[in-house]
Amino acid sequence: MGVNKTYEEINDKIRRGKAVVVTAEEMIGIVEEKGCARAAEEVDVVTTGTFGPMCSSGAFLNFGHPSPRIKMKKVWLNGVEAYTGIAAVDAYIGAAQLPENDPENKVYPGKFVYGGGHVIQDLVARKPVRLEAIAYGTDCYPRKKIETVITLDEINDAFLFNPRNAYQNYNCAVNLGNRTIYTYMGILKPNLGNAGYSSAGQLSPLLNDPHYRTIGIGTRIFLGGGIGYVAWHGTQHHPNVPRGENGVPLGGAGTLAVIGDLKQMSPEWLVGASFIGYGASMYVGIGIPIPILDEEMARYTAVKDEEIFCPVVDYSEGYPYGKSIDLGYVNYRDLKSGKVTIRGKEIPTTPMSSYPRARRIAEILKEWIKSGRFELTQPVAPLPSADADIVLHSLPERNVNGYNGLK
Amino acid sequence: MIKNRVVCFFSASQSEQPIIFRLVKDYDLVINILKADINPQKEGYLVVELMGSKEQIEQGVNYLKDLGVRVEPLSQTVVWHEDICIQCGACASFCPTGALDITDREKMEVSFDNSRCVVCGMCLDCCPTRAVKLHFEVA
Repeated sequence: MGVNKTYEEINDKIRRGKAVVVTAEEMIGIVEEKGCARAAEEVDVVTTGTFGPMCSSGAFLNFGHPSPRIKMKKVWLNGVEAYTGIAAVDAYIGAAQLPENDPENKVYPGKFVYGGGHVIQDLVARKPVRLEAIAYGTDCYPRKKIETVITLDEINDAFLFNPRNAYQNYNCAVNLGNRTIYTYMGILKPNLGNAGYSSAGQLSPLLNDPHYRTIGIGTRIFLGGGIGYVAWHGTQHHPNVPRGENGVPLGGAGTLAVIGDLKQMSPEWLVGASFIGYGASMYVGIGIPIPILDEEMARYTAVKDEEIFCPVVDYSEGYPYGKSIDLGYVNYRDLKSGKVTIRGKEIPTTPMSSYPRARRIAEILKEWIKSGRFELTQPVAPLPSADADIVLHSLPERNVNGYNGLK
Repeated sequence: MIKNRVVCFFSASQSEQPIIFRLVKDYDLVINILKADINPQKEGYLVVELMGSKEQIEQGVNYLKDLGVRVEPLSQTVVWHEDICIQCGACASFCPTGALDITDREKMEVSFDNSRCVVCGMCLDCCPTRAVKLHFEVA
C-alpha cells in the first residue's frame, strides 16, 4: 500500500506550517529524482498557474440605486455595454464586449484598443469609470436616465464570474493560406509562416490533474490576484477526447467556470487585451493547488512539456470552415523552444499565454499555502470526466417556417 | 528610389498651404503621412515619409525650405514599456532583428535591445497589451 493522504491531513499540516508545497515545475525534478512513491510521501501540495487570454470572462456588478430609483434597460461603462437584462441595477460586463462606436474591422485589421476586459482592469486598478444608463421608467423605478462616475470600492457588489477559463490544452494555430490572417491565436503569417499556441503546458492547472480527481466544484483557487472558487465545469467542457497514455488530452478538453470577489483582485492579474483584427479580451491569472493524495497524483503533477501534445490546426480554412486537415501534433517543449517543424518546414512559434506570469502565479500560491493563509478545499462535487460521455454539439441551421417561439 | 523620413514644422500662415499636393504634383514624390498635427491659424508639424529619386527628394525639401517650413530629419524609436508587458512573448516571433527576444527559453522572458531595432513596427500590431509604442523624435 502506498501513501494515502486526506484533505484534512494536508490542511492540518498547512495550519502547523509543516506542509511541503512545490510548484508543478519543481515537482518534475522531484519525481525524476525520487520517484512517484517517495514524492507522494514528501510533497503535500503542487501549485499550478496559467495567465492567458480568456474571452469567456466577465463580472457581475451591482451599482446601488440612485434617487429616484432606476431599472436599467441598457448600461454602459466607459462606453462599453454591460448586460442588464437582470434585476434593476445589476449588470454583467463581458470581457469581449466592444464600445458602441468601435470601428471593429471596418478598417481591416481593426485595433480593438478598448473593451470589457479593459473596463474590468480599470475597475480593479481603482480608476473612476463612467456609467451611463437608460430605462423606460416604472412606478417603482421612475428614473429614465443617469450619467455618473463609479469606482469599484463604492459599488455594492462586484464578482468575477467567468463561464469558461483555464482550457485543458488547446490548438496550435497555423495558416496554410496565402495571406496574413488575424485570429484569436494572434497574427498568423501565410504559408505556414508561424505557429500560435496558448497554454502554460506543464504549469497549467488541468494538465496536472487530467481526470479532474482533485479539481472540482468548490475548489479554492488563485483568481485574478485574489481568492476564487471553481463554480462549475466551464462551457464547452469536453473531457471525452483522445488522450495520451499519461491521461493528458491531445487537444482542448476540460474547462472551468470560476468565481471570485473582484474587489480582492488586481490589475496585474486581470489585464485587458487587444487582438488586432479579432477583438478585445482579457488576460486572467488562475492558479490551482493540487493535493498530492497518493502516488497517482504525484505522477500526474510531474507531467512535462514534452509529454503534452496539441493538434496543429489550420486557421485559414480548417478552423473557420470546419475542414479536417491533418497537420499532426506538436509538444509544448518544442513550442517553447521558439521553433517547430510542421509539414517538414521549421517555423517560429508565437505564444499567446504568458509562461513567466504562470510561473509567478504558481510561486505566489505556493507562498500563500506555506504561510497558512490559504487552505485546500475538497470539491463538493466532481467535474464530469470522460465517463460522462459529454458530446460537443454544433449549431444546426434549420428552416424556421414562421416559428417564433410563441404559441 | 530612396526613402527619407522628415519632420516639417509650420508656422501659422504656412499651415494654409497645400504643400503635400505640391510635393506630389511638382516633385513626383510618394508621400506617406506618419503623424500630423495641423490646425488652421496655428503652428503645426507633419511627420512624412518621402519616396522618390535623390534629386526629387532634395528638390522637394528645398521647396519646403523656400516656403519657410523647417525640415528636420526624423528618427523613430520603439519604446518597450516593461511595466505594461505581460511577457507573453508574441512579439519575439515577429521581430525580424531579434531586438525583442526571448533569450533564455527556460525563463521565457522578453527583453528589448534598442540597438538592434529597425523600427519596422511589427511588434505594435501583435502586442495584446500595447506595451510597445512608437515615438517620433527629431534626430
